[in-house]
Amino acid sequence: MHLSASKPAPMRLDVRHLSTFFDTDEGLVRSVADVSFSIHAGKTTALVGESGSGKSVTSLTLMHLLSRTASIQVSGQALFTSRAGETMDLLALPESAMRRIRGNEIAMIFQEPMTSLNPVFTVGEQIAESVRLHLGLDRQAALQHARRMLELVEIPAAAQRLHEYPHQLSGGMRQRVMIALAMACNPTLLIADEPTTALDVTIQAQILELMRRLQLETGMSILFITHNLGVVAHHADEVAVMYAGRIVEAAPVHDLFAKPLHPYTQGLLACLPAQQRRREQAGLQDKSRRRLYAIRGQVSSPLAPPPGCAFEPRCDQATSVCRNAMPELQTDPEHAQRQVRCVLFPGTPAAATAGAHA
Amino acid sequence: MSAPLIEVKRLHRYFGSPARPVRAVDDVSFAIQPGETLGLVGESGSGKSTIGRTLLRLIEATSGQVLYRGEDLGTASAQRMRTLRSKLQMIFQDPYASLNPKMRVRDILGEALEVHGLAKGRQARAARIAELLELVGLPPEHANRYPHEFSGGQRQRIGVARALAVEPEFIVADEPLSALDVSIQAQVVNLLCDLRDRLNLPLLFISHDLDVVEYLSDRVVVLYLGRVMEVGPTAALFAQPLHPYTQALLAASPKPDPEIKTTFVALQGDIPSPVNPPSGCVFRTRCPYALEACAGARPELRDMGQGRFKACIRDDESRMTNTK
Repeated sequence: MHLSASKPAPMRLDVRHLSTFFDTDEGLVRSVADVSFSIHAGKTTALVGESGSGKSVTSLTLMHLLSRTASIQVSGQALFTSRAGETMDLLALPESAMRRIRGNEIAMIFQEPMTSLNPVFTVGEQIAESVRLHLGLDRQAALQHARRMLELVEIPAAAQRLHEYPHQLSGGMRQRVMIALAMACNPTLLIADEPTTALDVTIQAQILELMRRLQLETGMSILFITHNLGVVAHHADEVAVMYAGRIVEAAPVHDLFAKPLHPYTQGLLACLPAQQRRREQAGLQDKSRRRLYAIRGQVSSPLAPPPGCAFEPRCDQATSVCRNAMPELQTDPEHAQRQVRCVLFPGTPAAATAGAHA
Repeated sequence: MSAPLIEVKRLHRYFGSPARPVRAVDDVSFAIQPGETLGLVGESGSGKSTIGRTLLRLIEATSGQVLYRGEDLGTASAQRMRTLRSKLQMIFQDPYASLNPKMRVRDILGEALEVHGLAKGRQARAARIAELLELVGLPPEHANRYPHEFSGGQRQRIGVARALAVEPEFIVADEPLSALDVSIQAQVVNLLCDLRDRLNLPLLFISHDLDVVEYLSDRVVVLYLGRVMEVGPTAALFAQPLHPYTQALLAASPKPDPEIKTTFVALQGDIPSPVNPPSGCVFRTRCPYALEACAGARPELRDMGQGRFKACIRDDESRMTNTK
């Protein structure tokens, strides 16, 4: 399972053709299909998508956190490079090895800090538990470490907070505790699954600033899972847009916002009121009868996906070609870091032209 | 200016024991003109939902008045209130919780008609239900379906149709978008725009999403900890916020454009407890410009001209915005 540890990889995580299917009574649900993306050391990659797009299932698959009772089919590779420079495939690791990684090399923070913290233990005990397990500290030293962690995430009066229970803290403070818990073993990769969705904007700004500071100080990589394009614009280096379990577009953040290539990404950006206003101010749109651009319809059921492109039924630019087959994710010949999954994209073997990929 | 449709005067709503009340709404006043969309923004605990519900008397005010066309709703009898409710309707936040799962859509809409004695007779009722569904962009044959057969965006359309069933004169929309995905939000925003244009319906739009409020509202009321911080016409308020809290709120909201660099200092600390709010100005504990005097008297809303009001004792806002 341990692949070559010889050459130092520039990637922290390199996910290749990841698929997660659930066998349900109603049929096979393809929650994540052929997802490939990478995160560089010290950088942030954002997975963006609406509910049901498969972004959370992607992260849970990587962490081996999907329910054991579910009938799951996982395929693909997730090459992770550890602190020591060793590269391993997370998907092939046995549970015992995964336990040494989880909470140690790779930590995770979730959307709802109240449900991810244990209500019957003090926050200090919860942080100490993880450092005792992974760093082998004794009880006293572990609590000391926990206090330093609370100070690291700027919790005032850390020594007192150490002995408080989650319900005694505000939402923002709880999310800080979650981050302290995640940072306790100095992870090389932090997976943040909608970390600020439950928070107010002024608190969200504090938490995002804190994550940015910790990343600069520790050099960790972040996999940022969110639906909030405003947060993505300011806190990601690379963006992968997911729709119905697949990546439809991947690009560096500035390129993606400057010129989205996939019709879904274009629609997602166009339907934001802030973008609409910019078009009006630029005189591109009449303000009197103002309407937002809206992507029509809704996501198709995962049990009955359309035959071709998953976005075709909602796409304004769709043609009959789109219904034939799911397009491949193509790399932009003019921009090696940009990929898009659409037949409209030049270079895509849409009209069955010459050099087909794959 | 014509007489306001809704007038809120010194509204208070306290919860819990009278000895240590939670001051959810603490002396809030504003008015809504006919045809106007008023945005009510604030973070959690600012009292925006409580105000929305108190307006329709779904909860009683502790003190203060809500006037609808000059009539005090607080003193209206139960019978009178029932009649008035057909004029005042609400769209709720969670379309999964606000529709009865055991009722078909035609019964959900029909019940509203029934209660207010509208569209009597089977045929008239069926026709009205079909018309309502069409108005919110759903096919009329969906009347026979149950709520679970719809997606979140469609359910919110049903919620809107129910509110419209009784031909209201005023609608409170309490975070109608926050349970929906971005692409679906745009559909519902457009629906609200359509209704406003076609029916000229005044709207109290309650939201924490500043971008949507800026898009939909004519005027905006900014709340913090149960009090009004700033009131003003939307364009002016967003272009040049006067109150330090409005400035912080706007700056903290990340714009979906990586080229716009925000150069602000994040507000420190948490929102204080409404059981024990700070003396004087409630925002002073987090305000970067607080003076000693801010702890003294509670700042009243002051008229800043051009329909703008702020509850801040400082007037050197040009300097305040430049010190960032």
